[in-house]
Formats: sequence, C-alpha cells, structure tokens
Amino acid sequence: MVLTAENISKTFNRRTVFREIGFTVGAGQSIAVTGRNGAGKSTLLKILAGLLTPTSGSVRYAVSGSVHSPEDIRAHLGFVSPYLQLYDEFSALENLRLLSRMRSATVASDERCREMLTRFGLWDRCNDQVRTYSSGMKQRLKYVVALLHDPEVLMLDEPGANLDADGIAAVAQIYESSQRRILIVATNDRSEAERCELKIHLGTEVS
Amino acid sequence: MNLLARTSAVFVKDLLSEIRTRYALNALLMFVITAVAVILFALRGDTPGTIVLAGMFWVVVFFTGMSGLSRIFVSEEERGTALTLQLVAPPGVVYFGKLAFNVLLTLVLVAGVTVVYLVAFPGFIIQTPSIFFVTLLLGSLGLASAATIIAAIVAKAGSRGTLYPVLSFPVVVVLLMTVMNATIKSLDGEPFSTAVVDFVVLISYVMVMTAGSFLLFEFVWKD
Repeated sequence: MVLTAENISKTFNRRTVFREIGFTVGAGQSIAVTGRNGAGKSTLLKILAGLLTPTSGSVRYAVSGSVHSPEDIRAHLGFVSPYLQLYDEFSALENLRLLSRMRSATVASDERCREMLTRFGLWDRCNDQVRTYSSGMKQRLKYVVALLHDPEVLMLDEPGANLDADGIAAVAQIYESSQRRILIVATNDRSEAERCELKIHLGTEVS
Repeated sequence: MNLLARTSAVFVKDLLSEIRTRYALNALLMFVITAVAVILFALRGDTPGTIVLAGMFWVVVFFTGMSGLSRIFVSEEERGTALTLQLVAPPGVVYFGKLAFNVLLTLVLVAGVTVVYLVAFPGFIIQTPSIFFVTLLLGSLGLASAATIIAAIVAKAGSRGTLYPVLSFPVVVVLLMTVMNATIKSLDGEPFSTAVVDFVVLISYVMVMTAGSFLLFEFVWKD
C-alpha cells in the first residue's frame, strides 16, 4: 500500500491551519508529523484517515495498482488518539467484539483478543467496564482496538499520552513490528519523532 | 450479508448501551407520565371526545419522542465516540443501525402511551383495533425515520436542546396530521377501508423520508 497526499490545505472559517502539504509514504515506512500546539497535526491525521475533508488537495491510497479514497481503506486502518473515545458502559472485551463486528462483520476471536489485551496489560481487567479504567488504561485499550485487525495503516496521535513506562514500552514495540505497514505519528516528543524515517514539521500559519 | 451483519452490530451496541444506561427510556417514561398527568389536571374530570383524545395522544408521542430520540446521535458526540463509529463503520451502516434502534424505541414509546391512555382516559376506547395498530406501526416508522436524520443534524449543532423540536415539527407535521386522522377513525369505530388512504400517505412518507435521509446522512455525518 502507498499513501499519497497532494497539496493538502485546511482552513477553518478564515484561519488557515496548514497549506500545501504533500508526501508519499509506502508500506514499511513511518512518518512523523511535528509542530507546536495548534499547528494542525491532529487535523492532518484526521484528513489522512478520511474523518475530515481537506479544503484543497487530495489523499489517495494505492493498493496493488488501484487507487482508493481514505473512506475505502477504513477496514485496513488503525487510529489511536486522545479525542477518540471507546464505550464506557461496556467492558474491554465487549468493546473489542462490538467494534470488530461493526468493522468487518466478524467478531474478533477470543484468542486474538486475549493476545492483544495481554500485550497491553489489560487481560486481568478485560471484563470490567471501561468507565472504571484509568486514563492510561483507556489509552492502552485504544491501542488494542487499533491493532486488533492488524491494520496496514496505523495512525498514532500523541502516542505516549497518559501512558506509564510499561505502556510506552508496549508502544515502542509497535514501531519495531511495523515493517509491513504505513505508520504515521503526530507528536511533540522528540524521541518518538526520531524513530520515524520521514518527518513533516507543521508551522502555525495565520491568514 | 456483510452490511446487514455490521448494521445489526450498530443496533445491538445501541440496544445494550440503552439497557445498561437507560438514559432514553427513563427520559421517555418520565415525560409520558408528566404529560398525561398535566392533561388529566387540565381536564378536571371532563371526558374529551375522540378528536381531542387522538390529538393529545400524538402530541404526547411527538414531544416525548423529541425528548428521547435525539440521544442516539447526541450521546455519541458528547462522549467522543462519534469519531470511533466513523472509523469502524460506513455511513449507511451507522444510519440503518441507528434507525432500527429508534424504530424499536418509538414502538416501545407508543405502546407505553397507549397503555397509559387506556388506564387514564375512560373515553379512550379502541373500536377498530386494526386501524389503530397499523397507524401505530406506520406512525412509529415515520416518526423514527424523521427523528433519526434530524438527530444526526442536531448532534453536529451547538444549541442541541432547542433545535430538535424546532427542526422536527415542519418535517413531521404531515405525519402527525395523518396519524391523528387515522386514530380518530379507530376510536370512532369506522371500518378499515376508510383508513386506507391514510395508510398510503404514511407508507409514502416513510419511504420518502428513509430514502432521503439515507442519501443525506453521509454529508451530515462527516465533518
């Protein structure tokens, strides 16, 4: 899979967040999006995931020669972000089963759920309602949801947010095990950005 | 089959969520009891005619629905789960899953209002049950269909509480007039054939509203 972003600009009302961002990234490559608060890192990730429409420019995913829009590749996309919430009234396992069924009409296997929840240290609490989780545990669960279907594109917005040392170590493993996928990371953490091969720095524009 | 299974997953998620939180059901129940109590106080023991009873029946259903049916999308926006839903399911799957849940909720609502009316108003005697139950079914489908797309629009707006009934009224006014008309016929004991025209109007309303909402939903749901 190859992701091509061409001349992407985004304007909210009269404020231009960023303009004419372009890059190409292929499977096995990682790209870090950096920039100060308000520079548009999260906005850019939302555009790449098809959650926001760019004011101008285009995002294309090429799979085996055929071109797809971001909406078409959602089933192959994993997304972790502080503003992306899970269902508090359900347990971690229920969240995984329901979301996987909505995503692909098949319920994730118990074995796969157990493997991922164990990897992120949540197996012991997998039947507890998410509302009883700490913010760090919720962040870990977002990783489990994002990685459960082994996505070809993984987008991480502030990947270390709310995580303790063990959680950060689990996230570090994701960088190492992403040889087959496109990894896009929006961060202000220099060490997280350094792990990526390509870098985009967004400056705050005002017009 | 794939889309049907994914749609049913959205429906099951909303159903389980409602069973756990009882947010919409509690709001609907309290509104029905309050509205009927106010009507009883206002009547002071008088026995209203079938026209007034049928009108008040659907007024209670409409305003109760307005207080609870918008939760289907507003709660997703308020809790920050709307983006999660956008990521895992295409707009059509979300729309029909939410519509199915709102249909169920509306059917529960009209069934509840019917029971309360039968107990509270001695004059509320259903003389032609076939007209009454078909009216309830088609009215619920129409109300749920309109309420679902308006809820999606309102959930994206700032002043959610006031917008919902204001936006809903012009959309459902045709539906309300038709269901009131058919309900009067069922209370007056008219034969089934007299209400066929009303049912044709209701079926047309449901089809147009559902098709239009499905086409519009993608643009409302994104951004």
